[in-house]
Order: sequence, then C-alpha cells, then structure tokens
Amino acid sequence: MSVVVLVEPRDELSLQALTLAESLGEVRAVQVDGPYAPSAWAAALVEAAGGDDIVGPGSDRGNEVLAHVAAQLALPFAANVTEVRGDEVTRQRWGGSLLEEARIHADRRLVTAAPFAFAASNTVVQAQVLSPALDGAVTVAEHVAPDTGGKISLADAKVVVSGGRGVGSADGFAALEELAALLDGAVGCSRVVTSAGWRPHTDQVGQTGTKVSPDLYIACGISGATQHIAGCKGAKKLLAINDDPEATIFAHADYAVIGNLHEIVPAISAELRKARG
Amino acid sequence: MRILCLVKRVPITGGKMVLTADEQAIETKHLGFTISPHEECGVEEAVRIVEAQGGEVVVLTLGPPEAEEQLRECMALGADRAIHLVSGEEWDAQATASALVEAVRSEEPFDLIVFGNESADAGNYQVGIRVAYALGLPVVTGLKGLTVADGRARCEQEVATGRDVYDVALPAVVTVKEGLNLPRYPSVPAKLRANRKPVDARPVERPASKLEKLRLVVPEGVGKQAEVLADAAAVVGVLQQLGVA
Repeated sequence: MSVVVLVEPRDELSLQALTLAESLGEVRAVQVDGPYAPSAWAAALVEAAGGDDIVGPGSDRGNEVLAHVAAQLALPFAANVTEVRGDEVTRQRWGGSLLEEARIHADRRLVTAAPFAFAASNTVVQAQVLSPALDGAVTVAEHVAPDTGGKISLADAKVVVSGGRGVGSADGFAALEELAALLDGAVGCSRVVTSAGWRPHTDQVGQTGTKVSPDLYIACGISGATQHIAGCKGAKKLLAINDDPEATIFAHADYAVIGNLHEIVPAISAELRKARG
Repeated sequence: MRILCLVKRVPITGGKMVLTADEQAIETKHLGFTISPHEECGVEEAVRIVEAQGGEVVVLTLGPPEAEEQLRECMALGADRAIHLVSGEEWDAQATASALVEAVRSEEPFDLIVFGNESADAGNYQVGIRVAYALGLPVVTGLKGLTVADGRARCEQEVATGRDVYDVALPAVVTVKEGLNLPRYPSVPAKLRANRKPVDARPVERPASKLEKLRLVVPEGVGKQAEVLADAAAVVGVLQQLGVA
C-alpha cells in the first residue's frame, strides 16, 4: 500500500505527518508550489495520489486542504488522528481532551496527523513539487503583516504568563505584564478573560484561541477547563498559581503555588529583580 | 443581504470529561449547553452586517429537540428565524453536510453562508467546505476579519506571519473563528422577542456513517504530581533551574 503525504517546507507538523505516513506504507511526499489556493492544491493532490491514501499535517492548512480533497472525492476524512489501525482511527475531539475511535467506510484513507501526537520524522524526503493551475480558484490576494508593537508573539514566546478569571479585572493584568517583561515572555489569558473584554482575543490561549508550546507556562488564577488545557498542553513545564487547592489546573501542573496570585505574582517579580541585583 | 448561520449545540464541559456507560457520548446530566464559540461569533457578525445593510439572518442546526434552546439564543443575539433539522443521533460530517445542503436548497438564495471553522466537540474541520462544494460556491475558512460590500466579501485569515486576505464574490460560504468580534450579551427584551420568533422544525433520518464512531475514550490523565513551591523565592529558584529567569 502506498501513501501520499502533503508537506510544507520547514514545517514541524509536516514532519510529524510524515512519521504517521511512514507507518502506513511506502511514502511519496508532495509539496505544492505557488500561492495558497486550497481547492487547487487539493485537486493537484488528488491527481498526484491516484488511488493512494493521503496524509496531511494537522495544521489549519493541512486540515483545510484534506477537507477539500474529501469533498472533491466524496470520501470520509478523519481530522487530527493520533493512531491509524487498518480502517480504524483514533482521532481527537475537543482539541484533544477527548478521543474518538472510528471506522472509515471507504477503500482509501484520508487523514491528518494530530499536532504533537507523533514524533517528527528524521527521514530526508525528496518531495515532488506540484504546480497546480489556479483556474479561478479562491486564492490569497494580499498578505498583511501583524502589528505586534515589537512584542514577542504568544506562539513564539519561551515563557507565557497567563491569567484567568482569578485575575479579576483588566487592571489586574499589570502584574502579569510586569513578570512577562522580566522573563522576555508574552502574556496570555483564558477564554473567560476575553469574553469579559479584559484582554483582546489575540491573547487567548485555548481550543478556540492560540495553541502555545513555551518552555514554561505560568497559569495564574486559571481553573483548568478543557477549553484552556487544549491550548497550553504543548508547554514543556506548567506552573500553576491558584488559591483553590482543588483547581483542575493542578492536575496538569509540574509546579504549584497555592495562594493569592495578587500577592505571589508581584513577589516573584520583586524576587527576580533582587536575584539579578 | 440574506445570511444563513450554521450552529451546533454542544455541552459546556468544564474541567473533566465523563462518558456515558455506552461510551458513545459525554455524560451531560450536570452540564449546560451552548453553541461552539466560533459559531457565536458567526451569528454576531451576520447580525451586525444585516443591522448595517438590511436583510435577514436565518440560523440552521441539525440536532436533538433540545437544540431549540440554542436556536433561541441565536435569535436573542438578533437572528430573525430558525430552521431545526431534528435528530437525536450524532451524524458524521458527510451526512451532516448532505442534510444541511438539502435545507439550504429549500431556502435559497443566500448571499452568505456562515459556519464555525470547526465544532467544539467533533472538530471535523470539513462540514462548511463540503456544503460549499455541493452548492458550487467559493469557500474561505478560519476568518478573523470580514467585510461585505458591493457583492463581495473581503476575508481575513490569521496565519503565523500575519493575515492572508481573500476577496470572493457573493454568494459564498465562509467559516469563522472566535476573535472575529466580541459577541453581545443579549438583553432581556431581546430574549423575550426570541421566544416569539419562528422555528421551523423538520424531522430528519440519519443515514449510515462513512466515518463511523465506535466509541469515545477519555485520554489517560497526564498523571502529574505537581511540586508545591512555598514562596516567590522557590519560584525564582525553579525559573533559574529551567533557564528562563
């Protein structure tokens, strides 16, 4: 059995998809040249695949292109799988907080690899480059660079200092901003905070916000709802500060401080300054 | 402008997933329900467009009888009426798309059809795209910005390096993400008005699933035992140890 894998250059999630593809059969890697145009990319992928299985990365684009492939072929598509066994898959629901075992009723498998469910492949592949005709396909017309105001982006930060309902107000984030600045990190928040209008949605970490993978995630006054955990479970280490010792967040934490964040966060900043002289 | 918004009733899950004994669903006895966050922004955006330009917002769902509650919530946000495809079972993405397409065809024409980028629960990332193909319409996904004017939609999609902008002619299908706007809190009069708005309930039969759910599994806990740090000095010690201080 042969399998075609869609890869994007220099993309970690593509190397993870490659690992999944290698477990399914003999791999042919393809990449697409030219402006992003999901329907045209999918058509090129369909043509290149012949009757083979198709694997993509579990990125926004990977899931989008595979959904176009599935619509073009009228076949089922299993997004964000963590395992494939014959015609059965295990796939993520709820941003990974729940798994579904499912059977694919088709003679080919169309899947994307859930982010960070597979190790990146070390195989050096020579990807076949496809250059699809655009033929009026919907395509990117313009690119707007972000206005980050010189700040480190949430997705790239090595340290994220994140606040939840326990922060209490928009002003309460000043202490988190201070700590984040001392650590060259970024400030994040939970969904409760953006819904309350205390922070912009661009700061939201979670299933419907940004998914982060810093070296350290500091969760301040965050209860640990599945919505939030889906966005921060990629962190290497998690430090939780919460005055409720029963908070769910502690079950996901490597380090815990049980107490009032309004006292502890400024104290950490003060201690850091002291340590640095 | 006639805008159709697709929504799905999902439980508000909190911190821990508990399954029913048959492992086919989340135990929802003690849970509230809502629509997926992306979709709430979709409804809000549609209502804003119609408030500014005139027209009608219709909401459509496929779900159990109780999903009428979510349709009323959408109408409290400002949608004018609702269509409810009633089925207590869970449908796969392909079957869902087919049922939605049939309902859309019975109500055409729409200038804009708005989905959430993916549902909070199943996360299939494909229903909107499948519907667009069946209707022969262009589709842009993951919108964080939308401007509708002169029969066209300017669609902004967030990517790692900023925003990609697409420009499509209407009618079109779009799928949106939370962050597109900050949805309003419905007022009490708006909620009362919503109770009087029409819901067209249509029973539907689920076909066989092409992606057949066998069972749900709660992933094994991370099994972490957090190290308790007594004070700020101990925290700084850890920060130094991790090399981030």
